[in-house]
Amino acid sequence: MPISFGGRYRGSSFTGLLASEDEQLLPDWGQLCQAGLDPDRVPHGTTVLAFKFCDGVIVAGDRLATEGHRVASRDIEKVLATDGYSLVAIAGAAGPALEMARLMRIELEHYEKIEGESLELDGKANRLSQMIRANLPAAMQGLVVVPLFAGYDRRRRQGRLWKFDVTGGRYEETDYEATGSGGLYARESMKKYHDPAASRDAGLRCAIQALSDAADEDRATGGVDLERGIYPVVNFCTAEGIDRAADAEIDRIYREILAARRRPSGGVRR
Amino acid sequence: MTMPFYVSPEQVMQDKAEYARKGVSRGKSSVTLEYDSGVLLMAENPSSLSKIGEIYDRIAFAGVGKFSEFDQLRKLGVRYADTRGYAYSRDDVRAKALANAYSQAMGEVFTREMKPLEVEVIVAEVGDDTLAGHESNAIYRVQFDGSISDHEGFCVIGGAAEELGSLLRSDYRPGLPLKEALQLGYRALQRAAAGEPNVTSDNLEVCLLERNRVGRKFRRLSTDTLRELLGT
Repeated sequence: MPISFGGRYRGSSFTGLLASEDEQLLPDWGQLCQAGLDPDRVPHGTTVLAFKFCDGVIVAGDRLATEGHRVASRDIEKVLATDGYSLVAIAGAAGPALEMARLMRIELEHYEKIEGESLELDGKANRLSQMIRANLPAAMQGLVVVPLFAGYDRRRRQGRLWKFDVTGGRYEETDYEATGSGGLYARESMKKYHDPAASRDAGLRCAIQALSDAADEDRATGGVDLERGIYPVVNFCTAEGIDRAADAEIDRIYREILAARRRPSGGVRR
Repeated sequence: MTMPFYVSPEQVMQDKAEYARKGVSRGKSSVTLEYDSGVLLMAENPSSLSKIGEIYDRIAFAGVGKFSEFDQLRKLGVRYADTRGYAYSRDDVRAKALANAYSQAMGEVFTREMKPLEVEVIVAEVGDDTLAGHESNAIYRVQFDGSISDHEGFCVIGGAAEELGSLLRSDYRPGLPLKEALQLGYRALQRAAAGEPNVTSDNLEVCLLERNRVGRKFRRLSTDTLRELLGT
């Protein structure tokens, strides 16, 4: 090839480009684990969830990251936009998961720029599952990354969401899904309150309720931190793009939920 | 065995340059203009294959000449920018470094290969007011032999570059609003196509780098938006 900045790669994948031209830039978490890294000593993200509502899909997550039994960060953001119409919500080892989300974002943007049009939502989900599979060696050593992927499918005009397993297995969910340490409790909560035809407001309430329930049962999940004014991230993904719920809105709904649940006195009197 | 004729290096270079210049001048022209809140890139383009493309958050590309060649350059630019932005930070990806990389690559082809590139490209960057030292726009033009120049206000590449340049020199003034800048570029491109069927909003490709946009500042204007802005 006559024109060249030195590279030979001709495809449209960014991770493919790195693997071919700049391999040292690609993270290799498996190698870290082999070097004797204790997975409990790295921050872990806790609860994230996604579900459908009337205009598309809602993706939310608490803000806590833990390191074993300690708090690693109180305001980490675990729900990240990968492009204008899709989001990834990360749970598991925060370092690899955040890096994977960052790579995913560049991957989608790179494809769009090289090819002149963006990938279909299915194609994006498939790409993410391949990236999770590439992380398998690290996952086997304990650095597990299990994100949720959700977005608005502009061809089918609907919100869609996927969960993944460590082998890169990809499962599309019809209504709702949660993952992370408090995922089970969030799912139980959504089972009762979730309505795929819910309005934006009702959807927001369902998300906060599920995150509060998870925080209530799972010590590693943050919930709403009124003391510090740290609120969960709740994103709406619709035909208009991605819109994040304002802290004030979350605060109002959370206080309503609290007021409805408050008992005059708690605990067993002895 | 027959000895090849001796041809002086000057002659070789001149022939190559002439060949490349001819190739470039066969193509249609492309205009890049600074306006009050960004940079405007436009090209006459009846096909659906783009001559203008997004390179990175604040950087755009425009090419004229042989499509396969400048499109390859565009892709190289995207690869270069994305790798750099991943290895360092998004703010470390700058037009100047990219234009230099183009200049190196194109110069190399011009001296080493039999056939020079029949292209000319523009690398444009919009400033960011939130980053001290990155506030101003930049426009670089790289020619087939790798010669590079930077331009303030506007830049024209392609067959009728000289003629269009003189029109813009007399009519361009800094700080034009988008609509006026667009109409000026439109008039210039129409002059270039004199004698041929007219340039209309249907065969015009226009992209913007919008200073006030958050994140990726590149935007492609739809034919409808164009019609509205041009009033055609």
